[in-house]
Order: sequence, then structure tokens, then C-alpha cells
Amino acid sequence: MSSLQGRTLAQGVTLAPLSEDVEEWGGAREHDELFELNFGPHHPATHGVLRLIVTLQGEVVVEVKPIIGYVHTGIEKTAEDKSYWKVIPVLERMDYLSYYFNAMAFCSATERLLELEVPERAQYLRVIHLELNRIMSHLVWLGTSALDLGAISIFWYCFREREAILDLFEMSSGQRMHTRYFQVGGVIEDIPRGFERKLRQFLKVMPARADQYADILNANEIVLQRLRGTCPLSAERLLALGVSGPLLRAAGVPWDLRKATPYSSYERFDFKIPVGTAGDNYDRYAVRHAEIYESVKIIEQALDGLPEGPHITPDRKVSLPPRHELATSMEALIHHFKLVTEGFRVPAGEAYVPIESPRGELACFVRSDGSSKPARVHMRDPSFVNLQALSEMVRGSYIADMIATVAMLDPVLGGIDR
Amino acid sequence: MLRGEQIEGPVPGAHPDEEGVQPAYLQSGRPTSSDGEALERYVQERVLTTTLEKAVSWARGNSFFPATFGLACCAIEMMSIVAARLDVARFGFEAFRASPRQADLIILSGRVSTKMAPVIRRIYDQMLEPKWAISMGACCSSMGVFNNYALVPADHFLPIDVHVPGCPPRPEALMHGILKLREMVQEHPQRGWRERYGALGTEELLPGAERAGAAVEVFREEA
Repeated sequence: MSSLQGRTLAQGVTLAPLSEDVEEWGGAREHDELFELNFGPHHPATHGVLRLIVTLQGEVVVEVKPIIGYVHTGIEKTAEDKSYWKVIPVLERMDYLSYYFNAMAFCSATERLLELEVPERAQYLRVIHLELNRIMSHLVWLGTSALDLGAISIFWYCFREREAILDLFEMSSGQRMHTRYFQVGGVIEDIPRGFERKLRQFLKVMPARADQYADILNANEIVLQRLRGTCPLSAERLLALGVSGPLLRAAGVPWDLRKATPYSSYERFDFKIPVGTAGDNYDRYAVRHAEIYESVKIIEQALDGLPEGPHITPDRKVSLPPRHELATSMEALIHHFKLVTEGFRVPAGEAYVPIESPRGELACFVRSDGSSKPARVHMRDPSFVNLQALSEMVRGSYIADMIATVAMLDPVLGGIDR
Repeated sequence: MLRGEQIEGPVPGAHPDEEGVQPAYLQSGRPTSSDGEALERYVQERVLTTTLEKAVSWARGNSFFPATFGLACCAIEMMSIVAARLDVARFGFEAFRASPRQADLIILSGRVSTKMAPVIRRIYDQMLEPKWAISMGACCSSMGVFNNYALVPADHFLPIDVHVPGCPPRPEALMHGILKLREMVQEHPQRGWRERYGALGTEELLPGAERAGAAVEVFREEA
């Protein structure tokens, strides 16, 4: 491996020349010796339990090899052992920052196998919660990434807004995380009284708060120097590696499944897809930050146009009968009993449904053999696919930039390892 | 004495010869001599050692240094106890330490896989004593909703002091767990993991550490 010092790298970074007194410190004059560094699985900058084997030449990264599996939970295998509606809470815990998306992908795949129509009100309620979840996920990402860059106050601001969103989740479902709000055929319950007022309050505040984050970060010299121009990757390479989501959009490709293959009435909402130009770390940050505003817009439209009607499919073979029917209708009691004990049966077949999660294309593949349990559940998790671009992004840049890149990659290890 | 109480006049019982009457609490026979000097020494020793222990426990319980160590979903809720709403800094537990060498509390926040368990054990071993462990959430207490081949309950490889139930627990629940741990450390310092597991005397000491300081000597004596 030849020395990289003094050369201008592809991204326009000129590496500092070595100082003369390196030999006095016991170092080699030329950093042509490779050094392997173990990074993780317990490291505060890895966003979980990611382990990286970093090969360094001096301070420059030559190669990165991610080692995963430290939170392998056997989620896909466990899903095969449960009836369809009991799979939802297990899958929700996969990518633990986008639990609504995990549930949405699985429910959509099951609905496709059942050829089930989701009522409009349920679709709108789903959109509201999906977009709230997207904002929440981006807030956690922004707070923790800023911590990695050395900015600590932004963490508290982001988590303040996150609590407001979790309060809304708690209102509609009773849980802060892993809400199990989405159900095959719709949502489990209609939104309670007062939810709309609280949500509108939040929507009024959120754009101003996002402006505050921008005020803190966009004028910060340290943040700019660590993000601008660091570790870019071209759109061609990103596409070749299968990268999707904000990382791809930062390189200028306006690929968003909400626009490309609209699902759950996304075609009715007016929103923009933020794209970057350079595909560097700053664009990755800016795209996600801009998405917060777009999500707010979508929720506003969904809330204004929220149609009346049932919140879950009236098909009693799939959805639980309302509580009051159990006291009066024998048929409802039988349906309830069948659903709770055995669950509903799904016709044999396969379905693959991709949706746009905060990290990219999240998809669920379900194969049914006609029984009440799925024969195979596979999740295409965006973090897993995006992680393989890390090596190409950071090759030839400083190790400090690798920290920033891992932060901007936004991997969620629960989704990678499953 | 720590509270700075002013004792007016002769200390009762300090010089029983002057009064000619021995206080009832001394008649139980604990001090072998009712001589004034020996008694005073006895009282001073007792008072000093107990209050010192209490003071140390009080300080320990009020300033846990948790390790920055997240595993899965619970880690996000663990982060939010530091944030504005709960602000665990009110109780003095906000200083999360990235190095296990500087931490004395490990919060296992999430599911522990078979691949991760040895790593966690190693991190725990690297922490300095006295140290405590909280198992947060259903997964690392009982394998939770998954309960399959991939997971290990934390009790199988770590001495856990407090289990916090929930999936994930609310931040309030975690804070309650930490406060319970504080209560244990302050009120019942003898319930540390070495005492519970009968592991006194297994402390690892570097060769020549006996000369290093009094703290090591005390440890040795207890063992």
C-alpha cells in the first residue's frame, strides 16, 4: 500500500504533511505501515452495538469492515411461530426507531395476500402516525449525531420534541414505543378525543423548533467543517450498492417510494422530496432536516382531510368485533374466539411490499402456506443495505470523518441484526 | 456528630464515675471496662466508623456514574431520562461515562444476544468496584416477547441488582429503578453483589498493591 500523504484525495481533501519529528516520537517517518483498529461493539459513537474493524494508514482509513450480529434477536424465525396478528409486536421491535413502519410493511404484505381493502380513515390515520414516527426518528438521529460531532445542547432540544410526539403516541395507543397501533386491515382504535387539538399544537410548534436546530447547527463552524465535503459518494455507486432513503436523495436522486409507488393514500398529499447535490455528509444532514418540514405538511393535510368512516376493515374474519357486540351477538363471540385462539388464515402465496421508512426502503416479504401462521417472514431493512456503502464512503478520509459518516448513515442495529 | 450538634455540659455517660450511676445502655456488657478513658475511646470509635460508612454510602448512592452503553430499544428510553422532561441530573446520575473504567453502574438497556453476552461481561469486569448493574426491560430480564434461541437473560452472566420491567420501560420506571438502587446502596450497603454471592476475597489485586494505600488494606481485612 503506497503512502497517501501529501496527495490530494478524490474528494478534494489534501492531507497534512507529516511533521519532521515523527521519528523522535518513535513513529515511522512514512505511515506506510497499516494499523488495524477495533471499533466497538461498545463504543458511544457506533449508535448501538456496531463493530468496525478499521484498517488505518496513519490517520487515514484504508478499509472498514463492519461486523454485525451483536443484537441478533431471531425476529424472523420467531415470526414464523406466531399467528399473523401476534407477529406485529415482534416485528415492531426490529428497527426500534421506526416501529410504525415495521408494522406497516408487515400489515400491508398480509393485506395484499388477503386482498383486503383498508378503509380510507385508517389509511389517513396510518399516514399521520407514520409521518409522526418519521419526525421522531429524525429527531433521535439528529440529537445523537450532534452528540458525536461534539454538540450537546441539540440533544436536549431534539428530545424535548420527541417527548411531545411520544405523548401523542401514548394518547392514541397507550404506549410510548412499540405501540402495536397498526392492525391487519386498519388501525386498532380510532384516535381519542383531544388528539387532534394536541396534534395541531405540535404541528404549529414543530417547524419553528426545526428552525431552531438549523440556527444552532448551520452557523456552527465545527459542524460545518466536519460535514461539508466529507465522505461523499456518487449516485451511481449508491445505486449499485442498493442504498436508498435520505442517503440516496442526498446524492441527488429523487427516489422516494411515497412518490414512486404511492401506498396508503400518499398520492393525495402535496409534499416535496428534498434532494441534495454533493452527496456529502452535509447533504445527508440537510435532507433529513428538510424532511421534518415535509412530514409536518403531510400530517396537516391528512388531519384536515381526515375522512369519516370505520378505522378498521368491517371484515369480521380478520378484525376483532367491537366490544359491545360480544354481549349481544353470538356470531361476534364466535369470531372473537376464532381470532384470539387460532387467528385468521391467509391464502397461500407470496407478497413483497416496500415502503419508505426514515432510513430508506423498508420491505416485508411474507410467504403463506394457507395456515394461520406465516411460513416465512423476511424484512428488507434499509440500515442493513446502507451499511455496506460505509466502506466506500470513508475510504481515503480521516478516521474522525468516519465517525461523522457513521452518524449520518443513521444505522439502527436492531434492524440490521434483526 | 456529622450534623454539627452542639453538646452542652458533660457528655452523659462519658464519665460515669462522677455521676456514680452507669447508664442503662452500657449495662448490656459490651464495653469490658467502665473506665472513663476506655469508654470514651469505645464511643468515639463506634460513632466514627458508623457515620463514615453512612457518609460513604450516601455519597455513593447519590452519584452513580452510569456507563454509556446502549443495546436496543430501551437505550432510547435510557437516553430520554437524561433529557429535559425527567432530567435525572436532579438526583446526580447524569454523568454517563463512555469508558467502563470510569463508570460504576451498567444499565443493560435491551436484548442481550449470545454474541453480545461475553462482551457485556467483559465490560462489567472492567468497571471499578463498588459497581452495580440494572437490567432494563423485559428482554434482558426474562428474554421478553422473543424468548428464543438468540437471547440470554442477564442474570445468567451478571449479578443484577435491580430489574426494571417493561417493554420498553417508561423513563419514569427506569428512574424509579435507579432510585431503588440508591436506596439499596444507602440503606443496605451490605447487599452488594460480593456479599450476596459470597464472593468476598475474590478481588483481583495487582502484585504489590498492598503497599499502595489504606483502601486496599481495608479490603483485605474484610476479606
